[in-house]
Formats: sequence, C-alpha cells, structure tokens
Amino acid sequence: MQVAGRCPAWVGASMQRGNIFDYRNYRYFKLAVILILLALAAWLLFDPAVGHYGGSWLGYGFGTLSAFMVLWMAWYGVRKRRYRGTGATQGWLSAHIYLGTAMTVIVTLHSGFHFDFNVATLAYGLLLVVVVSGFFGNYAYMIYPRQMTDNMGEDSLDSLLLRIAEADKLARQIALQMPDDINNVVARACRETTIGLGVLEQIRGYQPDCPSALAVEQLGGLGRHLSSDQRTLYHELYSIMVRRQSLVKRARQDLMYRARLGIWLYCHVPFTFALLTALMAHVVSVFIYW
Amino acid sequence: MDLVLNRYSPDERYDVIIVGAGPSGLSAAVRASEQGMNYLLLEAEEEPAGTIRKYQRGKHVMAEPRGLPLQGALPFAAATREDVLERWEEAMAEHRIEVRYEARVISVNRLDQGLEVVLADGEKLVADHVVLAFGVQGNLRKLDVPGGDLPQVQYQLDDPEAYRNETIVVVGGGDSGVENALALTGRNQVIVVNRDEDFSHCRESNLSQLTEARQKGALDWLLETTPRAVERNHQGEFPITLVVSTPEGIERIPCHRIIARLGALPSRPLLEKFGIDFQTPDPTALPQLSPRYESSIPGLYIIGALGGYPLIKQGINQGYEVIEHILGNPVEPADAPLLREKFAKLGADLDIDEALAKIQRGVPLLAQLNTLQLRELVLESNVLLVNPGDIIFKRNDYSTTFYSIVEGDLDVLIDEDNIPDAVLKAGEFFGEMALVSGRRRPGTVRARTRCLLIETPRQAMLKLIGSVPAIRRMLDEAAIKSAVLICIGLSLKEEELDSLARSAVLRQYAAGDELFHEGDEADGLYLIQRGSVTVSRMIGGREVVLFYVAAGNYVGEMSLISGEPRYGTVRAAVATEAVFIEAARMREIIDRNPEIRAALDERYMQHLQEQEMRQQMEVSVDTGTMSVQGSPSNLFSFLIQQGVGEATDVLLIDESLCVRCNYCEQACADTHGGASRLDRDTGPIFANIRVPTSCRHCEHPHCMKDCPPDAIHRAAHGEVYIDDSCIGCGNCQQNCPYDVIQMAVVQHDRPERSLWQIMLGIQPKVTPAVDSRKVAVKCDMCKDIADGPVCVRACPVGAALRMKPEELMGYAGGGTLPGVGGG
Ligand SMILES: Cc1cc2nc3c(=O)[nH]c(=O)nc-3n(C[C@H](O)[C@H](O)[C@H](O)COP(=O)(O)OP(=O)(O)OC[C@H]3O[C@@H](n4cnc5c(N)ncnc54)[C@H](O)[C@@H]3O)c2cc1C
Ligand code: HEM
Ligand code: SF4
Ligand code: SF4
Ligand code: SF4
Repeated sequence: MQVAGRCPAWVGASMQRGNIFDYRNYRYFKLAVILILLALAAWLLFDPAVGHYGGSWLGYGFGTLSAFMVLWMAWYGVRKRRYRGTGATQGWLSAHIYLGTAMTVIVTLHSGFHFDFNVATLAYGLLLVVVVSGFFGNYAYMIYPRQMTDNMGEDSLDSLLLRIAEADKLARQIALQMPDDINNVVARACRETTIGLGVLEQIRGYQPDCPSALAVEQLGGLGRHLSSDQRTLYHELYSIMVRRQSLVKRARQDLMYRARLGIWLYCHVPFTFALLTALMAHVVSVFIYW
Repeated sequence: MDLVLNRYSPDERYDVIIVGAGPSGLSAAVRASEQGMNYLLLEAEEEPAGTIRKYQRGKHVMAEPRGLPLQGALPFAAATREDVLERWEEAMAEHRIEVRYEARVISVNRLDQGLEVVLADGEKLVADHVVLAFGVQGNLRKLDVPGGDLPQVQYQLDDPEAYRNETIVVVGGGDSGVENALALTGRNQVIVVNRDEDFSHCRESNLSQLTEARQKGALDWLLETTPRAVERNHQGEFPITLVVSTPEGIERIPCHRIIARLGALPSRPLLEKFGIDFQTPDPTALPQLSPRYESSIPGLYIIGALGGYPLIKQGINQGYEVIEHILGNPVEPADAPLLREKFAKLGADLDIDEALAKIQRGVPLLAQLNTLQLRELVLESNVLLVNPGDIIFKRNDYSTTFYSIVEGDLDVLIDEDNIPDAVLKAGEFFGEMALVSGRRRPGTVRARTRCLLIETPRQAMLKLIGSVPAIRRMLDEAAIKSAVLICIGLSLKEEELDSLARSAVLRQYAAGDELFHEGDEADGLYLIQRGSVTVSRMIGGREVVLFYVAAGNYVGEMSLISGEPRYGTVRAAVATEAVFIEAARMREIIDRNPEIRAALDERYMQHLQEQEMRQQMEVSVDTGTMSVQGSPSNLFSFLIQQGVGEATDVLLIDESLCVRCNYCEQACADTHGGASRLDRDTGPIFANIRVPTSCRHCEHPHCMKDCPPDAIHRAAHGEVYIDDSCIGCGNCQQNCPYDVIQMAVVQHDRPERSLWQIMLGIQPKVTPAVDSRKVAVKCDMCKDIADGPVCVRACPVGAALRMKPEELMGYAGGGTLPGVGGG
C-alpha cells in the first residue's frame, strides 16, 4: 500500500515503520499463508477413515487449534487496553488480521462442511459475522483516515461547530433587518439544521432535505425586491449562509467518517462475546457426547 | 549599638528600615523585633505579602527546597495560600511588627552617616541600615494618566467569571493583557487598547486566538492608541469613560471597567538609581552582594527574590540572617547542615569554610565566585569521590551536568578505540559542551586516579555564566577548543590545537540569519556549537532546503577543499552559535596534516553524492514526477517552522493512517496521572503529517528558564521532564512557545485493569490524589516505562511516531563527527 498519496516515497521510508499490512515486512501475512498451506496440505494428504468432519483426529486437531486462536483473537481486545504491556499494539493488530483470516480457513476445514441446526453451526455463523465485520473494519481503517484529513484540514470538529454557531448568530442578527420571508428562511435554517442526531443520519453523512441547503437555495430567489441599502446586507447574509452550509456539510462528513470507523465494532465485539459463549457450549457438548 | 525601644516619630533615626513586607521582609522584621531593635517595615500596598496574595485563590504554596531547614520565628510550611497568609498575620500580631502600609519606597540615598529612604509621598526616613526585600513582582506599571487611580481601573484579573455583561477595556497588548481579554470574551464586551501597531510581542497561540476572537466579533481592538485620561460619569449606564488618542484623533470609550496590564517595571533600573552595582551588564545579572547580603553601598542589604533567591524559604532564612549580620552576631547560614552533609564523604569533621577554600584553591574557574555564589553552587551540586576506572559519563549520553576537578586525573575517550585521546587534570573542568549544545556527550570520561569532582547541574552553571563574566570567558575558550578538537583536531598536536582555538571566534546567529550565501567565496569553516542550520539552494527559481545540520557538526568544508564558490546557503534554523575558523588558517592546517586532509576529502566525496541525490529528488518535483507540496524541502521548511529544528524528539501523526481512536491519548493519560500530555487533535498538518501539541524536548528547553525550584530537567536519553518539586507557578507554561505544558492535578496512575474490568468496560477505582494541587505536567517520553513511549505503542495502526529531527531530515548524524557540507 502506498503510504500517503502526497508523500514522496523517501519521506514514507523515513517516517514509516510500516502499516498494519506490511508490518515487519509482512511477517504475519507470511505466517498466515504458511498456516493455510499447511492446513490444506493436511486436509488433502490425510483422509481419515471416518471422512472429513470435526470428530476425526484431524478435525480435533483443527478444532483445538481454532479454539485457541479464537481465544487469542479475543485477547487482542484486552491487550490493546494494557498500555504498560511490552511491544507495539500495531504488531498485534497485524497478527490479528492475518491470523484471523487464516483461522477462518482452518475452522471451515474443521467443520468438514457439515452444517446442521446445532450449536457448532451457530458458532460458525457467529464467527463469520465477526470475521466479516472485521473485514469491513479493515476496509474502513484503510480508506477513511485520509478522506477525513482531506475534509477537515487543520480544523477540529469542535472548531467547526463553534464557527457554525457563530455564523448562526450573525445570520440571525442580519436577518432581523430583512423582510419577513428572508428572516423566516434564515431562522428556520438555524433552528432546524441538525448535525448528527441519529445514528442513521451519522452513517449516511447528510440530513435529507437539509434546511441549510434549502435556505441557500431559497435565499437566491428572495433578493430581488430589496432596496439598495438592504441589498449590501443581503449579500453579506447570503455569503454567510453559503459559508455556513459548507461548514455544516464538513461537520456532517466528519461525523460520518467517525461513525463508519466505529460502528462495525458494535458488531465485531458483541458477536465476539456471543461467539465465545457458543464456542464454550460447543466444546462442552463435544466432551459430554464423547 | 544603642537599642532603645521607642515609638515611631517623624524625625527619628532607625537602626534598620526593611523595605517590602513579603516573606523575606517579614522574617527580617520579626527577627529585628525579637532583638529589640528600633526598626520599621515599609510596604507599598495595603496589606503584607503582596506577591503571595496575588497567587490564585486556594493555591498550594510549597516549601521548597525540601531539605533546607527554616531559620527564625516566622512560621512557614507547605499549605494553602490562605493558611500561609493567616500564619504570617498571626506572627505579625504576636511580634507587634512595626509596619507602615501604602509606603512605597522610591529612592535610597547615602548620607554622611546612614541612609535616607524616600517614600512616594515625599516623606524621608533615616536609618543606619536598610534591608531591601521588595521582590521582583511588585512594581506593576500603573496607568499614569488623570483618573488612573479610579476604583474601576484595576491591574490584575483574579476571576474572569466574576464579570458579566460589562464593557471592559483592556489596556496593553502583551500576553497578560491579551490573555485577560480572551478570558473575558463571551460574557462581556471587550476592547483591547494597544500602543503598538500590532501584537507582535504576543505568543503565537494568543495571537491566533485573539485574531479569531476578533473575526467572530467577540472582541475589538484599537492599535497605535494610548490612554490619555479616565473620566468619571455621573449618570448613564457606564461609570467611566476612557479617553484615548488614536491615529485618527481623540476617541472616548464609555465602559464599566479598565484592566491595565502594562507589565512590571524591572527592578534593575530602580536599584541602579539607588547606586547599587551589578555583577555584569547582562540583563539577567544580579546585584553584587557580600556573603552578608550587603550591596556595594555600605549599610544597604538585599535579600529574597530581589537578591536572586527565588523561593520563600530562602527569603525567610535570609531575613533572619541579615538582621544577625547587622547586629554583628555570628550566624551559621541555614544551609550549613546541608553543606556539611555534602562534604561528609571527604572526612568526618572537615570544616565547611576549609572545604570551600580548598575547592577555590583547586579550581581556578570556581575561584571567580564569591562565597555566597560558591555556597549556592555547592549546594546545588554533587560532591563526588570516584575510583580509578570509574566512568563519569559515556559518549552519546544525554546528561547535562558540568564537572570541576578538585583532585585527580581523568581520561577522555572520543573515538571507538579504547585509547585515551586526552587527559584532564586537577583544576580543569569538563562537560561544558552540554552547557552550550544540550545534546549528547561527545566522548567518554573515565577516572585515571582517585578523583574529587564537583558535579553541577546545567541550570546552576547557566545562572553563573549570566552573572560572572570571567566564568563566561573561560567557558567560551574551553568550548571553542573542544569544538575544534572534536570536529577536526583529533590528530593535531597540542600546540597546533591551541593556536587554532585561539584564532577561532564564536559567532552568534538569530533564527533565519545566514552563515553564508550560495555563490559566496569560501571564507572559512563553521563548527555548529549550538542550535542547528539548514542548507538550501536555488533550484528552478525557488529556494529549496536540502539538508538539516544539527549541533556538533560542521558546515562549509566543501568549497574550502574544492576552492569553488559556496554550493548552497546556510541559515540558522533556530538561535545558533558557531565556532568560525578562517579559510587561510584552515588551509594551512590541511596542508600540514595529511590525515585531516584525507578525512575531509572522504567526507567531501560522500557529500557530493548526497547532494546529487537530493538535488535530483527536487528536480523531479519541478518536472512533475512529484507534487510540490510533498517535496522534501517543503516538508523540511514546514517542520522547521514547527520548531523541529530545535527539537530532539518529536511526536508526529500520520493522518492518512490515524483512525481517530484516541488510544494514544488514553494510554498517555492512564500512565501519567489521568491527564494526557498530548493533544492529538490540534497542531498543524502538512502533507498528511500532523505535529500534534506535544513536547518536542527542545535542545534548549525554553520551559527551563525561570523555574523557581529548578524542577525541570533533562534525563539521560534526552527527555525533558518536570520533577515533583514543581510549585505550580506556571512560568514554564508561559515560556514554552509550543503550548504543550498544562497545569493539572496529578492523580495516582490507574492500576492495570483486570480482564473482567476490561470486558465489562469498568474503570478501576482511582485512589483520589493526595493533594489536589495543580502542578505543571508535560510529556516525559515515558522515561520511567519500560519499552518506551506508550502513545506510539498504543496506536493500533502505527500512525503515531516519534522522530529525532536528524532521522527525519534524512540524515543520521550520531551527534559528533559527520558533517554535511554546504560550502
Ligand atoms: C505564581 C507564583 C507561585 C509561586 N509559588 C511558590 C511556592 O509555592 N513556593 C515558594 O517557595 N515560592 C513560590 N513562588 C516564589 C515566591 O513567591 C517568591 O520567592 C517570594 O515571594 C519572594 O519573597 P520576597 O519577600 O523576596 O518578595 P515578595 O514576596 O515579592 O515581596 C515583596 C513585597 O514588597 C512590596 N514592595 C514592592 N515594591 C515596593 C516598594 N518600592 N516599596 C515598598 N514595598 C514594596 C510588595 O508589595 C511585596 O509585598 C511563587 C511565585 C509566583 C509568581
Ligand atoms: C474469531 C475471530 C475474531 C475475534 C474473536 C475478534 C475479536 C476482536 C476484538 C475483541 C477486538 C477488539 C475490539 C475493541 O475492543 O475495540 C477486535 C478488533 C479488531 N478486529 Fe477482530 N476479531 C476476529 C477476527 C478479525 C478478523 C478476521 C479481522 C480482519 C480481517 C479483524 C479485524 C479487526 C480490526 C480491524 C479490529 C480493530 C482494531 C482496533 O481498532 O484496535 N478481526 N477483534
Ligand atoms: S515544554 Fe516546550 S519549551 Fe520545554 S522542551 Fe517541551 S516543547 Fe520545548
Ligand atoms: S510550574 Fe513550571 S516553572 Fe513553575 S515550578 Fe512548576 S515546573 Fe517550574
Ligand atoms: S492511537 Fe493512532 S490511530 Fe488512534 S488516535 Fe492515536 S494516532 Fe490515531
């Protein structure tokens, strides 16, 4: 992956210790590939008498390995909050991603493609949800950070909100000296514009029929009958509203990126807990029916 | 001496007049009263201890230095501001202190017999002795116009929240005025009146907030405007009107309140007016004092902050001692037990005065100090006894202390082989490079025999350099010599080295100054002593920064060797000091020393290659294979603007990777008493690289100047940190140009969370902080945490990185030998 579109390679070279994908020269990618190849080889070479399923000796092997790997994957959530621990979290995440993918392959082999209405299949389903959400997270981590920077520059969300509030105040003040129709449009825009109220709105990154956009549109048509005195004020008002609208847009965009960077974890983590429970039930039941 | 206790009468003559009822003056008055002297305490304000009274409400006053015992009967222990003041008022009542308030002393004159003290209201008092203890805070510049004394005109702002819906005029465009103005915006109408045409005296951050506030309409300012008068209004909403003269003419501003922040009058001119001599013309120099605190005027004594002792306890002790000195009583200074402890190693019952005399006899450098200065130096220093073979410090260490050799010999090892390159003898000193460059040690020092050393902290040495000219001169000479030795002279003979060092000169440059210009004739070689420089060149019509050269390296050797004009322009990136050796002298040396010639030649070839590479990179920008914004030189310039040129280690965030999870800040807060020392969200960005608000561990930390307890230090690996003797005065916060110091209550570090707590999202109980005093906190680069900075290690995606500028600027100079040639 290229480090940064605008960063020349040498800056990248001196600034980067590698990202989560090429961490330590693809160490965990290589490890994952070896794991998958070994598992596939075992699968093809050894054909247990009972056929491929979880109860064969190979199946038990795959199963035990996967169970430990799932636990280890979940441990990442603990590790990343242990700040005094040694080593870099970055390496752990790199391993988490590659080995998690490898593990999915191993679990699939472990199942022997036998799916039923039982706790084993439930666990498998939960695993898939965790893994798929993980992939989405990965995708989000890859593309959104740069877009966020492009959108915000050096501004912070707080500073945008502050500037929107200031623009509101100024616009309302000027609008008071304007005819009622203009005043109403401005007042409504200031009153009804919301920035990231609902989760859905945050994820989408816009407000349907946004009153701010509407106001700018309507204002354009309302300036015709003004006296020349009011006209200069009107121009000022219009430019404030345009600036305000672009601020609103940027703030929403930023919230959208934040939401998208975070929302998948609300799937990834609870399903991890569900998976751990199902896994436990699966292991216990296997020992009971042995 | 005739000590008659009698009441004050206008034409009486006092034994002693004490000026200033701060801790020092109070202590002196208490002792004078105990001794039954005929004394008078004069205080400019209406109440005692003006400086302490101006601390913020509830401030925890600290009793540093902790080990120093307290002398005299004025009580003092760490407590809140209110408690301290109450104790003192009780003590004043108990000792029936003779004090006159609102008695500002404006002059002290010598009489044939005794001294005459003149008050602001013209009254004159006569005394045999005068003790000046009026501190360095008190003399605020007042608004000197008709009506300037109206009650609506104030000179400080204790609680900005206390004012609402008022129109307030802030007079003064300095930092304190601007900060007050900003604190009042939002709830009040604020107008700043500034005498100058801009706010260039302000810190960058204040300036940008001010501009932003004005754009938002939160405040307004008037430039090139001076107050003429304040008038009282008898009706209407506004109680007063400020009359100002602006470039457009006289203007009237009706308002509720005026806050004048005109700065403090420096004490030096006042003391000089009294006729008191100073140690040097240096503005930081202190008045000349005898060991008995007597100034150059007989009978006139100076104690406390005014005499250069910035802590309360020191002032109280001196107040006691000075009265005893005046009475001619023998008095053991409060520091005597501490000094005795320092010298304990040297022999059981060594007399302190003898030990001090031995040091002065042994070390010519320290013989330049007076007894007071020497005592203070030893107090702040370590007295070391080392055995043969002991290592004092290693090459590339970051320690910053200075050593004087009282007895014994030591070896210096500059290069990798284990053969000593120089010998240090008794009476000499070493470690002086750390004083100027604030970077790594250039060589290892190892004891050859048993040695007695004095190890002095950098800060204490700098104070002396500022006040004792002989010390400055001796250190400058030594610094030049070692710069020459380290950069080029390893194979030079002693006499040659000496003569070279003698002909070299030390040159100072402000940030942005040119050392030399592209195309110039080669004038000589520049050894960068402190600071750093950039090498730039005109490429395709624009000036492109090619290299960054840190202290400890040299520039300008290339055209010396080739004889061609300068290849590039060399500019100081920050305030820089360079040792300059003339071209002719240098050529002579090269001709006579084939080894030096070979070394320079080798470097010449290497730099030629590097230059070629860098130049191609820049040209590819112009031909479009690289975008201009991302070109290395633009990144250089950006980073240098951000102070990276004077940094030793910066935190950068690659915004194209950062997922805004805030784990970096969280990790910092959790391991550092609950307050994150970095602010990821603020700070400028360039080509995806953000320089967040976080300490840069400057080569010359601005934060270190005026820290009263000297609580800011540099650790072995370069970390600038604040220890727990911080008294929370806020000076460092003001002095850091990068705004990275906060005042915060430090809690106990959160314990590691258990698995359950993490899974259920429970925060562990934090034991409440022992005391809720606010102290200065900043990044310490996790110097006490194994494995290094947690911000970097907590980042899941590797977006947070720490960099040394040398690495960043595409050039790794181990701090000593390599030099990049700009000439
Ligand atoms: C914010 C802040 C926090 C600090 N915290 C601590 C701390 O926690 N612990 C600590 O040990 N030190 C602390 N210090 C330092 C400490 O305040 C000083 O060292 C101490 O006040 C010096 O005492 P002094 O008696 O020499 O002078 P001051 O305390 O400054 O007293 C001088 C007095 O003289 C009066 N005066 C001034 N001019 C005249 C004149 N011309 N005629 C007559 N009277 C005059 C003044 O009104 C004042 O009352 C702090 C300093 C600051 C600024
Ligand atoms: C059994 C499989 C997995 C389990 C149990 C698991 C579990 C977890 C847990 C507990 C976290 C910590 C979340 C938090 O506390 O913030 C996490 C984070 C994450 N996981 Fe997984 N995961 C699995 C598989 C995967 C896979 C296959 C991928 C990628 C393809 C992936 C990508 C991620 C990412 C990107 C994060 C966020 C890292 C961060 O922000 O710190 N996970 N996972
Ligand atoms: S606190 Fe400020 S002045 Fe001090 S070292 Fe850090 S960045 Fe430099
Ligand atoms: S606040 Fe800063 S300058 Fe003041 S004592 Fe603490 S560290 Fe020193
Ligand atoms: S830990 Fe890394 S990704 Fe998270 S906010 Fe800090 S720099 Fe960004």
